[in-house]
Amino acid sequence: MEEHVVIIYAHPDDECFGTAGTIIEYREKGIPVTYVCGTLGEMGRNMGSPTFANRETLPTLRKKELEDACEYLDIDLRLLGYRDKTIEFEDRTEVATHIKEILDELKPTLVITHYPPYAVHPDHNALGAAVIEAVGMYDAASRPELWATAISHNFEEYLGAPHIIHDVSPIFDQKLEAIMQHTSQAQGMLERMSGTSQDSIELRKTWEKRLGKEQFFIWNYEDEAN
Amino acid sequence: MKPIDLERVQQILTNSIGKDVYVHLETTNGAYASHFNNEAVNVGAYIRNARISFSQAKIVQDDASFRVGLKMDFGWVYAEGLSDFEEFNGALLLAGHDAEGRVMVSLQISDQPFAQEIVK
Repeated sequence: MEEHVVIIYAHPDDECFGTAGTIIEYREKGIPVTYVCGTLGEMGRNMGSPTFANRETLPTLRKKELEDACEYLDIDLRLLGYRDKTIEFEDRTEVATHIKEILDELKPTLVITHYPPYAVHPDHNALGAAVIEAVGMYDAASRPELWATAISHNFEEYLGAPHIIHDVSPIFDQKLEAIMQHTSQAQGMLERMSGTSQDSIELRKTWEKRLGKEQFFIWNYEDEAN
Repeated sequence: MKPIDLERVQQILTNSIGKDVYVHLETTNGAYASHFNNEAVNVGAYIRNARISFSQAKIVQDDASFRVGLKMDFGWVYAEGLSDFEEFNGALLLAGHDAEGRVMVSLQISDQPFAQEIVK
């Protein structure tokens, strides 16, 4: 079966912060990647710095930023059409069935999503749970591999060390360039990091450490069945 | 958005008195507040497209920020910390941003419902 990586996250920019390095590596190997994005981040509170967006223009701007990021990363884009901050209030099985239909069409060999409940944002946790349910609808023989990303401070206490750790520091600049496509969301963060104050230096170190490694847990459906 | 022009905003509010309007009201400290600060709790609320009418509407300045109160038949709509405004497709948008441009509060009033559909 031809390799195809499908990433399913909740917001425009989740794909860049979480997996831009991994995406770049897959594309260098010629493996197709599709980003399936849950919402348009309509309720995001970053409006650019200085602000250039408002609550009503933000969805259009973020959609364009997302398209630019996908073009930069050379990947396909699909939108699920949910509304920011509301995924957890949708019917879980309906969302899972919706995702399953898209997976049937895309035929991925690997799916990457959020690891609930270690994904911090309620949309992340809810979408991750729906994706896990969707992939679980396949029988073992036809099921794509599933990787999940955990970002809470405490996830290692509960889950142990991630199974896969990609050091993406050699392509950190490319990853940052991908993140920068999401101008309205990234400007403020990059501004905070770019100063010479102790706070800025500390923040830059934290982000380099956080963004320089992309970590994944391989989901084990066999364990769940037992 | 631009810094609030009190006279212009008051004029728009006054013109909306007695009409059926749609309101978007939100406040948030962000979905990552407690992630970046152990002592913080994520706090946020929003109502989008509540249909209301009001008999009094006033904007009041307090140093660099503004408060708005709308008096309804059976209650009030209230927002504080507003600093910026925009007239957008016939709607009045009011918002307060922190030093890094992030929304802390917003109050929007429109004759028509605010968009709910995903951008195609």
